[in-house]
Amino acid sequence: MTAVREPALRPEQAARQRAAGLLAKATIAELKAAWDGLPQKPAAKPVRGPETGLVMVRGRIGGGGAPFNLGEATVTRATVLLPSGTAGHAQALGTSKEKVRLAAVFDALWQEEATQNWVEAELLAPVEDRLAAEDRQKAEETAATRVDFFTMVRGED
Amino acid sequence: MYVAVKGGEAAINNAHRLLADRRRGDRSLPSMTIEQIVEQLGLAVDRVMAEASLYDRSLAALAARQSRGDLIEAIFLLRAYRTTLPRFGMSVPLDTARMQVERRVSATYKDLPGGQLLGPTFDYTHRLLDPSLLEDQPVDEPARRPAPDEEVMRVSDILAHEGLIEGDGSFPEEHEAGDLTREPMEFPMPRDLRLQALARGDEGFLLALGYSTQRGYGRNHPFVGEIRIGEVEVEMDMPELGFAVSLGRIRVTECQMVNQFKGSAKAPPQFTRGYGLVFGQSERKAMAMSLVDRALRAQELGEDIIAPAQDEEFVISHSDNVQATGFVEHLKLPHYVDFQAELALVRRMRGDIEKARTQDDDMQEAAE
Repeated sequence: MTAVREPALRPEQAARQRAAGLLAKATIAELKAAWDGLPQKPAAKPVRGPETGLVMVRGRIGGGGAPFNLGEATVTRATVLLPSGTAGHAQALGTSKEKVRLAAVFDALWQEEATQNWVEAELLAPVEDRLAAEDRQKAEETAATRVDFFTMVRGED
Repeated sequence: MYVAVKGGEAAINNAHRLLADRRRGDRSLPSMTIEQIVEQLGLAVDRVMAEASLYDRSLAALAARQSRGDLIEAIFLLRAYRTTLPRFGMSVPLDTARMQVERRVSATYKDLPGGQLLGPTFDYTHRLLDPSLLEDQPVDEPARRPAPDEEVMRVSDILAHEGLIEGDGSFPEEHEAGDLTREPMEFPMPRDLRLQALARGDEGFLLALGYSTQRGYGRNHPFVGEIRIGEVEVEMDMPELGFAVSLGRIRVTECQMVNQFKGSAKAPPQFTRGYGLVFGQSERKAMAMSLVDRALRAQELGEDIIAPAQDEEFVISHSDNVQATGFVEHLKLPHYVDFQAELALVRRMRGDIEKARTQDDDMQEAAE
């Protein structure tokens, strides 16, 4: 039951995967701000959740060997239905139901042609930029702690 | 005969009210927030998550606050909470090679791709108390340096090129990773289950066992091949989508211990390995885990089992501090009836002995 990742996703699957990942990492403040800025707020109907549960996080023996169960993490998920009939799913680590409900609404809006560009420009791209900036800052802070070895030359040559 | 004794209710209620008061402490001081605990006592939060086997920084901080800083109590609270939640599924196994590395050191190679990255470490501090922390002094921003676009390669992959080190550790294709939270413990136990138990095991217990192997009780010549700390993506397969999506990131600590091995009837001379993977930033725990993981592979590698750290049933059965605290601490609960029964028994035995002694003395006196 090893989860083998699809060797290559189709472009539309890869795009959906990126959107879902960004929605999971968006903060509740980012999602609320996007909702507040949304020109037309859809009446999204809850289909499932938001509900909090657990995901068993697995590691691999030795880093790359057989899977083992490392421990669980809290996850919250939600599915909503827009009046147009589009379903949105969201799932994210943590217990914030409001965050995940909003993420599910934006997942649905992202799938609709009329709103996809708005969601991309107003929510996904800023989240992606923030994550990239945070990663860069962390990488630079870590790089400053890299040891530069040098050899001391002692005595006569 | 069974006699129910009642009467503790008011005392218990007042004890809990007193506990709440002592937990809050001096009301003239501001109360700690969960965010403050997460940010400023982050390694305590990490320990609670690791040993509770539940990754959630806010809930772990809440547990630490509720337990007044008693971390085993906090671990207990978080374990109890997890039993109230349904399980949605399993993650795709973490890919620690793709970690956003915050610290990475190797004791086996000085110059290695990615370099030695010290990160936020206590190492090389002088362990002198810092009086500036008595007050709220401003703290410098971290130094920054352009990050090279270089892969932080696994040390085990470097050694693997020479064929002198064993692989990561595999099972036959049909083997499914066991789950201690779902199945009763049985011995002998496959390595995947042992690693799950060690990952949630008590840090102090594993540290002591790891230390014992270094002191000669099951010596296995360890080197830290690599320690890395950082964030990894947690991904889960979504059946409704047909592919895996990210749920976010978690911080983990990974330790690859490399052990010299002179060979046995079962395996040729080579470097063998012990593995440690722990929620949060905790390299002491990850190192101890990898030492104990290696020690527990004694049977698999054909080594003599002569030391406590090599005894699987002993180690795994006693590594869980929630179980251990439950059994040790239950001793303080009322045992009035048990004790009365034992008291009567001891009195009778003592009486019998004393009677026998008096008779002996009487007989001796009569004989003299």
